[in-house]
Amino acid sequence: MTDKDLLRGASDRALAVVLAVAKAPLAVLGLPLVPLQLLGYPLILVTVGVPLTLGATALARGYANLHRDLAGRVLGEQIPRPYRAPANRGPMTRVRTIATDPATWRDLAFLPLNAIVSVLFGFLPAALWASGALAMATPLLWQLGADGLAYLGIDERTPGGYVAVPLLATAHLALAWWATPRLVRVPALLARWLLAPSARAALSTRVRQLADSRADTVDAQAAELRRIERDLHDGAQARLVALGMSLGMAEELLARDPEAVRALLAEARESSSLALAELRGLVRGIHPPVLADRGLDGALRALALAHPLPVAVDVELAGRPQAPVESAAYFAAAEALTNVAKHSGATGAWLRVRHEAGVLRLVVGDDGRGGARADAGGGLRGIERRLAAFDGTLVITSPVGGPTTVTMELPCALSSEKTSSCSETA
Amino acid sequence: MRVVLGEDLVLLRDGLIRLLRAYDFEVVEAVDSGPALLEALVRHRPDVAVVDVRLPPTFTDEGLRAAIRARKRVPGLPVLVLSQYVERLYARELLSDRGGAVGYLLKDRVSDVRQFVDAIRRVAAGGTAMDPEVVTQLLARGGRDQSLAALTPREREVLSLMAEGRSNGAIAARLFVTEKAVGKHIANIFAKLDLPLSEDDNRRVLAVLAYLDRL
Repeated sequence: MTDKDLLRGASDRALAVVLAVAKAPLAVLGLPLVPLQLLGYPLILVTVGVPLTLGATALARGYANLHRDLAGRVLGEQIPRPYRAPANRGPMTRVRTIATDPATWRDLAFLPLNAIVSVLFGFLPAALWASGALAMATPLLWQLGADGLAYLGIDERTPGGYVAVPLLATAHLALAWWATPRLVRVPALLARWLLAPSARAALSTRVRQLADSRADTVDAQAAELRRIERDLHDGAQARLVALGMSLGMAEELLARDPEAVRALLAEARESSSLALAELRGLVRGIHPPVLADRGLDGALRALALAHPLPVAVDVELAGRPQAPVESAAYFAAAEALTNVAKHSGATGAWLRVRHEAGVLRLVVGDDGRGGARADAGGGLRGIERRLAAFDGTLVITSPVGGPTTVTMELPCALSSEKTSSCSETA
Repeated sequence: MRVVLGEDLVLLRDGLIRLLRAYDFEVVEAVDSGPALLEALVRHRPDVAVVDVRLPPTFTDEGLRAAIRARKRVPGLPVLVLSQYVERLYARELLSDRGGAVGYLLKDRVSDVRQFVDAIRRVAAGGTAMDPEVVTQLLARGGRDQSLAALTPREREVLSLMAEGRSNGAIAARLFVTEKAVGKHIANIFAKLDLPLSEDDNRRVLAVLAYLDRL
């Protein structure tokens, strides 16, 4: 242990002791919230209970949230809020939601238990340190004439007391050093036990998330199908109609005006190649052939080559994810790169892809002006929805002035099968 | 002959204008949205309207709706509707006012320029032009109909062509028979389907379509 560590350990403990003491009165202050909340329910019969219950619950939840944050800081983890959202804003609905929410009653149970535990474990570390310090000072105090003073039954007249007390006091202080961080965890553990969502609540939250992401997926799919239908209707189909029209007119004019026929045939040929180009574009938008052939690595490199800005690609994957995940990852990266080209004003971009700890992580960065956000209807919001279908997430770091990084994560496994390289197949 | 054209895709609009001009139609206005189409139809009262089913702003059946609304304000206004696909439902809506002078064709049909121009002229003259696809859809539903089952293959052929809106002369030319033979087939068909036989081509077509649509 270096001096620096020792110093940090000491200051951490000093802070922990002070905070623990300071939290004790805070815990006691929470006690009146118990009768205040319980009072509201019988009074609902005379209407006044409704605002009373709503007010008291809001107060109690604010108080519980404060404890969630404090305990979260001690434990180094976030304690999520477990409360159910009411179906609407009506006061009776809200009261009913509150009364049937198990979190309400767990909060209520927390209040008295927290008062007891916080007071007990709030003063214990301080008392340990104080008594240890007093023991250390005891020989000095004996010298100054405090001859009634004793430590663990050892007083001034005990033989060897001047040696034993400092030794024992050192052990005492060592115990205080060891115990302080552990003792202050106890109220935090109580808070986590009662204030964190129960397994059931966590499950129902998860179900809600899944329902939302499924609805998003269905929406996104329907929108995608509409887009494809529209693209076909206005693109390739229209070109083919025009092609038929040109050919039909050419047929009619063949005998009378060969020159006009030549122009019509040239037009027809152009229509056919444009129709093909549009179909190609559409197919690429549905499932890029290069993604099917070469996997994510090759497809992303192809994407980078087609990008208007230089894109540094760094992909290291030991295998291929499942096709739907691969496709989602590809389109997410493609959309992020498109955004860079459209909005960032950057001179260069980079793309990094890794698979670590069961998570496929794609990071797209640029040196542009920053300020990117996932607005409703925007491209980034679209990526978010695409990824949500696979429990994936999107995080944007984009301070105004740049640089911007977009991190996309998709939990998935890779199949061991290696992507075939062109030298093998050639 | 004065035409109002409703088509939002520039490519097809320009192509259609050129085609119509080549056959001496006068395109008095070419519009690219449903509301503009309704306005143009009511204002110009053209001899015939050529309309794409799908138009902005909704990109659904805006063109069809505008045409039907225009026919309510200008009864009997001849309308030929074009589409990338045909729906029996849309054909029924067009035919529902029993006024005739309607057409409903796949866009593909424009490649047979002469037939297409013929269809426009027929609609302008108060006749009907139903796409063979629509007629096939109508007949497909009639599979279990006793009266239809009683028709000979040749009579079914004549029925199909008649439902498309062709005149006796056109049917005769198509089947390489005399007009008199076609007339005889038609008389048989009407007898088997128990329909009142009319002298007028258009009335006969509408009667056949109404019969098929009821199935």
